[in-house]
Amino acid sequence: MSDIKIEGYEFKPGFKGMAKDTGSDQTMFKGVHWGKAMMWIFLLSDTFIFSCFLISYMKGRGSTIIDWPNPSEVFGLHVFGVDVPLLLIAIMTFVLITSSGTMALAVKYGYEKNKKMCGWLILATAIGGLTFVGMQAFEWGKLIHEGVRPWENPFGAPQFGSFFFMITGFHGTHVSIGVIFLFIYAYKTFAGHYDQGKRGWFTTMKGDYVEIEILGLYWHFVDLVWVFIFAFFYLW
Amino acid sequence: MSEDFNDNKTIQAQSSEAISGGGSGIGADADYVRPAEVADQDLYHGHSFITKWIFCQDAKVIGVQYFLLATFTGIIGLILSWLMRLQLGFPGLAPFMTAEHYYQFVTMHGMIMVVYFLTALFLGGFGNYLIPLMVGARDMVFPYLNMVSFWSFFVAVAVLLASFFVPGGPTGSGWTLYPPQAILEGTPGSGWGIMLMCISLILFVAGFTMGGLNYLITVLQARTRGMTLMRMPLTVWGIFTATVLAMLAFPALLVGALMMSLDNVLGTSFFMPTILKAGEVLEYGGGSPILFQHLFWFFGHPEVYIVALPAFGIISDLISVHARKNIFGYRMMVWAIVGIGALSFFVWAHHMYVSGMNPWFGFFFATTTLIIAVPTAMKVYNWILTLWRGNIRLNTVMLWCLGFIVTFVNGGITGIFLGNVSVDVPLSDTYFVIAHFHMVMGIAPLMVIMGAVYHWFPLVAGRFLDEKLGKWHFWLTFLGAYSIYFPMHYLGFIGVPRRYFEMYDSPYVTSAVGMNEFISLAAFIVGAAQFILIYNIIKTLKTGKPAGHNPWQACSLEWLTPTVPPEHGNWGDRLPTVHRWAYDYSVPGAKEDFITQTTPPSEVANTEVEKT
Repeated sequence: MSDIKIEGYEFKPGFKGMAKDTGSDQTMFKGVHWGKAMMWIFLLSDTFIFSCFLISYMKGRGSTIIDWPNPSEVFGLHVFGVDVPLLLIAIMTFVLITSSGTMALAVKYGYEKNKKMCGWLILATAIGGLTFVGMQAFEWGKLIHEGVRPWENPFGAPQFGSFFFMITGFHGTHVSIGVIFLFIYAYKTFAGHYDQGKRGWFTTMKGDYVEIEILGLYWHFVDLVWVFIFAFFYLW
Repeated sequence: MSEDFNDNKTIQAQSSEAISGGGSGIGADADYVRPAEVADQDLYHGHSFITKWIFCQDAKVIGVQYFLLATFTGIIGLILSWLMRLQLGFPGLAPFMTAEHYYQFVTMHGMIMVVYFLTALFLGGFGNYLIPLMVGARDMVFPYLNMVSFWSFFVAVAVLLASFFVPGGPTGSGWTLYPPQAILEGTPGSGWGIMLMCISLILFVAGFTMGGLNYLITVLQARTRGMTLMRMPLTVWGIFTATVLAMLAFPALLVGALMMSLDNVLGTSFFMPTILKAGEVLEYGGGSPILFQHLFWFFGHPEVYIVALPAFGIISDLISVHARKNIFGYRMMVWAIVGIGALSFFVWAHHMYVSGMNPWFGFFFATTTLIIAVPTAMKVYNWILTLWRGNIRLNTVMLWCLGFIVTFVNGGITGIFLGNVSVDVPLSDTYFVIAHFHMVMGIAPLMVIMGAVYHWFPLVAGRFLDEKLGKWHFWLTFLGAYSIYFPMHYLGFIGVPRRYFEMYDSPYVTSAVGMNEFISLAAFIVGAAQFILIYNIIKTLKTGKPAGHNPWQACSLEWLTPTVPPEHGNWGDRLPTVHRWAYDYSVPGAKEDFITQTTPPSEVANTEVEKT
């Protein structure tokens, strides 16, 4: 952000500015909250986790002898007498991306110290996430009902079930953890912890609206990962 | 370009030319350091025994906790190695040493030493204790997370050790845990053992991630005034880069461990090909065992450097302090650490030359492997050039440093043998490999740990360790370790395979049997010698010579705290202000042979101090 002012320090634009910040004392990322820097690095690490999963998936799918099932059939829904491919996934993706939008708005209202709007938007995000997890549970239930298991698959290669349940499960865990934190943060916003700078339990860290942005980073990341999972599982 | 940087007086790290401080231009003005950007850290001070010593948020206490728990697990690893050597040197002497137990001990020894001892000790132990002190911070940036990190490690160790007491015992698949044999019946611990191993590794990775985020953000965002990245001691650089590697490499281990658990518990076939067992086809099929090897070694090779880089950093500081000379080529050392770290992600498949992968892959990975030798050799030359014409104090710390250089060069050279495909193939799975990696990432980092313990014990405990006991400890360890691993090169050349429980009546027996007995005896002595250190610590904790402030006349910040040992919050009322790098030893013209990092330029105006 360009509106950060630091006493005795003059910012430079572009690559020179980056080199100057790197060579300076105290901080490398000027004016960046510790927690925010931490979340970025955590997400980098998490990216490696999901990359390992998806690369393993590509390897597993590429080397099976039995054919991979056709995604538009396996993931299709039978609604009103018509087979619609990818219907549920389209709704799930839409809900999750929308929740990213409400999250971004929550961050904006948070920085404007608009407690009410911020709290409701976080709650809306949490409900979006919950809906996503619910629909994922429905999809899991449908596939399990049709006989797909982590170790077997009536439609083709058994690795389909293994990778599908593992990777969507791991992603779903991420979403669920995010939803839990969203509810906690919504409570903290409404209770005014961020306005008062209330300290957390067993720590001296003061509450600040930047925490919402940090959670927002996580939430957007989980969305982005979903886009990749969507592409790899449903469109390939 | 350089004019662009002139507006900031703290940015002087760009040049390493000496400036002669001839009065003019150097005054109180030169002492100016930009005000603090971030408000002083508010700390949670413990009030009870539990919050002060058990669930403690002070990085120094957490560091000591990590150190003690890692050492405890390390001693278990040591005892396991004794039992292995007992079997190899004197087969049949101990009736309880069955083949199953042998494999279990091999596996647990390897995993404990690499992950739960060396990694936890260097990053969790030294990292926690030294990073905040060396960069001039009050504590790690997220003390609560840091506490949770240690307790995750504690649970990980507990789960790991619990596998000794479950049905079937711990896993016996070798520390690499290769499937399919790791989870097939017939391998010891194929049910519970491997499951607990995977759970323990996942917990370790989770706990380490919490700690690692702390180390990185403390270095990047919480340095004190005047502390630029290029003024940090190399210890911090080593630990920092190793943490970056860990954050990017551990994910592969986590994914591998998770997929293996699912293969084991749910019966998926990620890594399991179609298997015929006693004429019957197993339920598994269609998976790829090589995939696990790739995941494992994408973690496994950076892991070598996660252990080695902190050792490189620490040894640089110890040599510099005890040779009373600045480290030769500081910036070259920093770039070598970073370069080795980056390259370590492109060499993993040199562990897999015999896995049947495409030979062109082997060619690629041999090339990248040999390129790593360049920055590594640069570091060795720089250590030697730092010693060259130094005012060397030949105390225990320096002995460990010299021991490190010798063992590391030895292990590094055999690494060049093994990096080449054509040489590696015949040497694969022989004792040559054992000799190589124990020399380079077992003994060499251990030498650094020992040197670091003798060096920083006066800071942690306020008293010196006993020098005489220290020298006994060093010589027994150094000569003993050579007696163990040097003959193993020969065993490898004559083709003695590793991981064999017994040689029975094979032709190797004639020439290898006496050597195996000798190695085992040396191993018993070296292992026992480590207890000298424990005795030394217990003895000097109460009765040792008091160290006082800055007993080694060092420049770096960790020795400049108002109280020794440092209290919670490290710096009393005021954070230190840094004016120079950590290596101003024997500066011509200076009153003493060291200038601390906090000495302002006006006080050393007439010296030929490095411009940093």
